Amino acid sequence: MTTTVERPSKTASKSTAGKSKERRRTPFWRRVVRDRTVLLLALPGMAVIVVFQYVALGGNVIAFQDFQPYLGIGRSLWVGFENFSILFNGDPEFLQALRNTLVITALQTVFVFPAPIVLALLLNSLVSNRVKQAVQSVLYLPHFLSWVIVVAIFQQMLGGAGLLNNWLRSRGLETIDIIGNPDTFYALITSQVIWKDTGWATILFLAVLSQIDRSLYEASAMDGATRMRQIWHVTLPAMRPIIILLFILKLGDSLSVGFEQLILQQQAVGLGVAQVLDTYVYNNGILGGAWGVSAAVGLVKGLVGLVLVLVANKVAHIFGEEGVYRA
Amino acid sequence: MTATQTGSAEIRPDHTPRRRRRAPLIDGVPRPGPVESIIKAIVLGVACLLVVLPFLGILSTSLATPEQVIRAGGFVLFPEGIDLTAYRSVFAGGAVTRALLVSVFVTGVGTLISLTLTAMLGWALSRRGSIANRQLLMLVLVSLLFSPGMIPSYLVVQRLGLLDSLWALIIPTAVSAFNVIVVRAFFVGLPQEVMDSARIDGAGEWQTFRYMGLPLAKPVLAVVGLFYGVGYWNAFFNALLYISDAAKWPLQLVLRTYVVDGNQIGAQDLGTEAALPPQTSLQMAILVISIVPVLIVYPFLQRHFAKGMLTGAVKG
Repeated sequence: MTTTVERPSKTASKSTAGKSKERRRTPFWRRVVRDRTVLLLALPGMAVIVVFQYVALGGNVIAFQDFQPYLGIGRSLWVGFENFSILFNGDPEFLQALRNTLVITALQTVFVFPAPIVLALLLNSLVSNRVKQAVQSVLYLPHFLSWVIVVAIFQQMLGGAGLLNNWLRSRGLETIDIIGNPDTFYALITSQVIWKDTGWATILFLAVLSQIDRSLYEASAMDGATRMRQIWHVTLPAMRPIIILLFILKLGDSLSVGFEQLILQQQAVGLGVAQVLDTYVYNNGILGGAWGVSAAVGLVKGLVGLVLVLVANKVAHIFGEEGVYRA
Repeated sequence: MTATQTGSAEIRPDHTPRRRRRAPLIDGVPRPGPVESIIKAIVLGVACLLVVLPFLGILSTSLATPEQVIRAGGFVLFPEGIDLTAYRSVFAGGAVTRALLVSVFVTGVGTLISLTLTAMLGWALSRRGSIANRQLLMLVLVSLLFSPGMIPSYLVVQRLGLLDSLWALIIPTAVSAFNVIVVRAFFVGLPQEVMDSARIDGAGEWQTFRYMGLPLAKPVLAVVGLFYGVGYWNAFFNALLYISDAAKWPLQLVLRTYVVDGNQIGAQDLGTEAALPPQTSLQMAILVISIVPVLIVYPFLQRHFAKGMLTGAVKG
């Protein structure tokens, strides 16, 4: 009913643009024939996106099934919310993974998130452009290395036979046990993330910094602002929108912490500290065959992330910020 | 700037040498004091050292003589002599060589497929007014917002019969929606008069794309291609999920087995009968082989990403 009422008004408003009026007159099949090359060009790429994003998304229904790979989705039994009971019954392994995930996310929010902001301010304050570019080239590099390489590098640097301990040994000092030690594990993975991505993450902040109106700095300098004062009153306010935007996006990811990074180091340090939700899904689902339960955990994780982004965006709007998008 | 400064120096009545006058503000910001400059230099210097030092150490250890590596107990920072035995053993035709070939194949073929599909889709989405244009664009944009999850993705690959096939390392990640948006933004930004002139000369849609769009898009496609290439080269997660046959492992999985997990590398694995250098030397040689391709393309990437990628993405 509503649609029939709305439709005439829509056409009316659209017909003001002469182009769409003409388009409306061309029959559908004739437009298909006319645009066949465009459609053919779009086809393979769209097929990949549709199959591996949208069709795959539909695969989440197995969270409501007692899924058996040899039966497939069509013939597996539907079990309603049974798979989700693990989330509420307090399965110790699941709770452990959840707790570890939250601890790691908290650490990353406190230590990893601000690091590129500080580094960007530091780089931005350099007088010489050549020094700045040289430092950038070096610090961006680790971002392009895979996690396997980063983990291997850290082992070689900090492991038992690594650079650090060799040096300590040559001085006759006590060696430090960092790799494979549960007590230092969180410090280790946090510093790995900082090492790998802090440089690269400055790129967005630097882009924003380069857009700040120079007259703001001049005016504040005339008023006697020191360099620190300028950062506080000019630079940081200009960075606020991008900081908030990235923080909201980070919230959406807060339940997925570095799958590759953790799966690589789990063996050495044990599941007690290194099992997170993503590795739980992998270990129990793909390796362990508990398909339905793992899919349920994955689904809830995705939904929580989505809800966090939506809520955070709303909160940002309430405080008068731009947020990620405006609906 | 320089001209006025030397000018004023000449007019000065007394000829006593004086420090060149420096502007008190640079772009409106007061000059940094000496203490601040020193602290900054130390912080950035240490940060750069933390990045460079590991690379140096890995390269040195892979090249150092076996005696020195054993004496040092593993890691060497300054090699006393160059010894290529580690590289010779790794390239002898065993597991590592095979993995290297797999990675080269996946990276080469994958990048080619990705670039082709991305350029075609980007062009198609830039043709505003063609049928279903808005709907297709929405499908691409919305796909950026969610990820289907590990198990559903696995099921799709399994269903398509791609498990344990090298295509499983290429097809699922062949099209990045983000890159499509970047390429589309580039095509939308091209002056339409150029395209129209081609059409007036009788070029059809395909010819306009092939002979006008593609050549003009070379710079943006170069950047997108480099990003795809680095992505394929580094891909570990997909290989872990989809490839269980060790003969089809890419380099990243071999790296995990022998370097991260520290499994013993035997002469049999490497397909050689010669005596092997110390394990550390072999490990570092594998590490160097997997890092070097990234280092080679890095300067090209670096030249582009600051401007190209960001402006393209923001305009999209």
